[in-house]
Amino acid sequence: MSIQLTVNGQATSLDADPDMPLLWALREDLRLTGTKFGCGMALCGACTVHLDGQPVRACSTPLSAAAGKKVTTIEGVGASKTGRAVQASWVKLDVPQCGYCQSGQIMSACALLAAKKKPSDADIDQAMSGNLCRCGTYNQIRVAIHDASATLSQKGA
Amino acid sequence: MDARHTASASAPLNRRQLLKAGAGSAAALSIGFALPLSPRQAQAQASNTFAPHAWLRLTPDNRVTVLCGSSEMGQGVLTAIPMLLAEELDADWRLVGVEQAPADGRFNNPMFGMQATGGSTTVRAHWTPLRQAGAAAREMLVAAAAAQWQLPAAQLRTERGHVLGPTGQKVAYGALVAAASQQLVPSAPKLKASADFKILGRPTRRLDSPAKTNGTARFGIDAQVEGMVIAVLSRAPFEGAKPKGMDEAAARAVKGVVQVITLPFGVAVLAQGYWAAQQGRQALKLEWDLSAKPEQAALSTAQVSALLQQGAEQASAVAVDQGNLKHAVAESSKTLNARYEVPYLAHACMEPLNCLAWVQADRAEVWTGTQGSGPTQMVVSQVAGVPQANVKVNTSLLGGGFGRRFAHDVTIAATLLSKISGRPVKLIYDRADDMAAGFYRPASVVQFEGALDAQGRPSMLRADVGSPSIMAASGFMKIPENGVDSMAVEGLADQPYDIANLRIAYGRAEPGPQVWFWRSVGHSQNAFFLESFIDEMAHAAGADPLQFRLAALSKQPRLQAVLRLAASKAGWGKKLPKGVFHGIAVAESFGSFVAEVAEVSIGKDGVPKVHRVVAAVDCGQTVNPLTIQHQVESAICYGLSAALYGKITHKDGRVEQSNFHDYPVLRLSEMPKVDVHLVASQEAPGGIGEPGTPPLAPAVTNAIFAATGVRVRQLPIDPALLIKKG
Repeated sequence: MSIQLTVNGQATSLDADPDMPLLWALREDLRLTGTKFGCGMALCGACTVHLDGQPVRACSTPLSAAAGKKVTTIEGVGASKTGRAVQASWVKLDVPQCGYCQSGQIMSACALLAAKKKPSDADIDQAMSGNLCRCGTYNQIRVAIHDASATLSQKGA
Repeated sequence: MDARHTASASAPLNRRQLLKAGAGSAAALSIGFALPLSPRQAQAQASNTFAPHAWLRLTPDNRVTVLCGSSEMGQGVLTAIPMLLAEELDADWRLVGVEQAPADGRFNNPMFGMQATGGSTTVRAHWTPLRQAGAAAREMLVAAAAAQWQLPAAQLRTERGHVLGPTGQKVAYGALVAAASQQLVPSAPKLKASADFKILGRPTRRLDSPAKTNGTARFGIDAQVEGMVIAVLSRAPFEGAKPKGMDEAAARAVKGVVQVITLPFGVAVLAQGYWAAQQGRQALKLEWDLSAKPEQAALSTAQVSALLQQGAEQASAVAVDQGNLKHAVAESSKTLNARYEVPYLAHACMEPLNCLAWVQADRAEVWTGTQGSGPTQMVVSQVAGVPQANVKVNTSLLGGGFGRRFAHDVTIAATLLSKISGRPVKLIYDRADDMAAGFYRPASVVQFEGALDAQGRPSMLRADVGSPSIMAASGFMKIPENGVDSMAVEGLADQPYDIANLRIAYGRAEPGPQVWFWRSVGHSQNAFFLESFIDEMAHAAGADPLQFRLAALSKQPRLQAVLRLAASKAGWGKKLPKGVFHGIAVAESFGSFVAEVAEVSIGKDGVPKVHRVVAAVDCGQTVNPLTIQHQVESAICYGLSAALYGKITHKDGRVEQSNFHDYPVLRLSEMPKVDVHLVASQEAPGGIGEPGTPPLAPAVTNAIFAATGVRVRQLPIDPALLIKKG
């Protein structure tokens, strides 16, 4: 059965099990390996992507749920102002350590900033606490989100 | 590849001895050091590249590429290694790039004698050789320019990728590529004085951040080759368990499944993709026959605890025995006893373990995030049955290591599966596989006795440790003749306090689960044990915990200095907000000295909240202070996860935890503010990946004692014990 979806702006047709999690369609069928597998149960956030702009855990989202929708991954998020600002702040503030969780962190941060241009620390706590990091980059993530927020408001975005 | 070099990787190793030998001084490391050269003269492999040794490639576009033989698991080696070389090369940092080196004996870690990353050794081990490598290349570039300008080399200097002459001559390194390649490689290049450093010691952003923020960073799990299949593996709950029943036909009937393979230690399903492989595994309905080892089949955490207790009570392998304990007790003003215990811990790297292996007739190739590129080559050679020289190891980025990726379980399994199936096989552990696969931080019990003299000073300490042996489990170390696994007692046997009467003994207890290195190894539990018990002694003496420590560390100026710095920055002894309390702890590990003050309050539900941790660090001369700050913060987060939540427990021979719902780790909302303060030092560099972890748990539990009067003697912390009564 063929499933149509748009991934990072490109119309895509996949002939795959509709029950298969979106994560494996992205990683294996489309070879977009920036989205990571961490827990398989929506417990760690490493696989976070945007589905019609909303953050979802790709490991627990069946491919069928993405049919007809727009999927944005870490490979495509830089096409948006918010994505670019977040990626730049991440580099500027030296956020990544091992880096494995950072795709998911960035996708969650971008979704937060899209919804709320100037998030408070409490907003960040709420939006980011589903994204685990074993390297302990949390404080840098918090600062980088504020930094990206400042960049975006400077540019009048 | 030079077979003589790779052969040396199989030499018997004692990680501990190597660590000890290397930790002494940077000078020690230069003994026997030789630049990894092939010919006497640096012959560029290609005429357009200056490559005087394995670590450097300089091209006419002025770009400097440094090859890093250490594995990047977040600790920043892909930045630190280039910084070391670039400093002495006088490179323009903006033109410096880095590449992961292949498995090749020329990149052996001098402190291990093999190409491996761990024990917080990378900077310590490479501090001298990588600077020598940069200095040698610089001298060759200078010599090339001197010849062109017909000037004595002594009249030239270098700056930011250029050689400069006395009367305004200036040439970029890139223009000297061919000429420098004809120069002899100096055997004893001159190193800079640290006062002249321009790159080392300056906060420097990581070189790998861009790739780690745009999806292009490649981890082991991202590796792919044409024709590969994905495998999942149901591992036996313990060695000796055998498959009892399975529906192989049902598994094979799943669309995409290509093969079911039974290995000595598990059953694998190979498929066209991960999802199909997992569907196949479910269809397999595999059951295990556990009857071969009834004790293992019945293993429970209560049993583990009882075995460790027995080990401690019968501890007969003596690590330290000095003074007269009985006499000290007789003369004491006070004695105290306490039993402490910690559980097994999983590493829970964010990237589940995985390996892509491809065994062909006489060769093999693997793609994996490993802490031991060299040992991986050896292991794959043995498992695949091909010569080591024909094994190519592609070391990818590691999505967390923490010691776990020093083990070869996943590599061995992937290699076997490729060999049997004849295909490239990428084996992926799912989270539950990863968590149940063993290689845990050992559970450990210690029974303490202590005494205070008439002045309230610590005069006696006795510690009996019951714990499994990492040395025995490692496969490359042996417990020495005295029977003491040095890792089980590290931090205790070499405890730093002025205690004249001391006895530290070890009783090996082996409940069964495979144990392994876990960030800071024995220090991870022993600093909790010792720094808690020292706190108990301080309170028993009616002394301030900071002053008690300072007074008893009279021969440890570096520990005193970090204690003072942490205390002063935290405002130790000053008034804190209502309900907030301080705890302090200090430890030396991996050549570095760290004190931490934790600010903690206790919720109504007994749950401790750590608001802030102030860390003071003396890790000698620094390479990248930004990395140091982030590594200490990282080590604190890792230690706090373990102190609050970490435990692997067993029931009926099986691990009870399977994912982050039952093996919780710290979340962003729980992360304390962390302040890291460095002690300026000219000492040899110490390690930094691990030393921030040991003092964290005791700093927190000592604060809990200050807050509640409850002494936490078991980790993880049980909030039920901290609920205010009445």
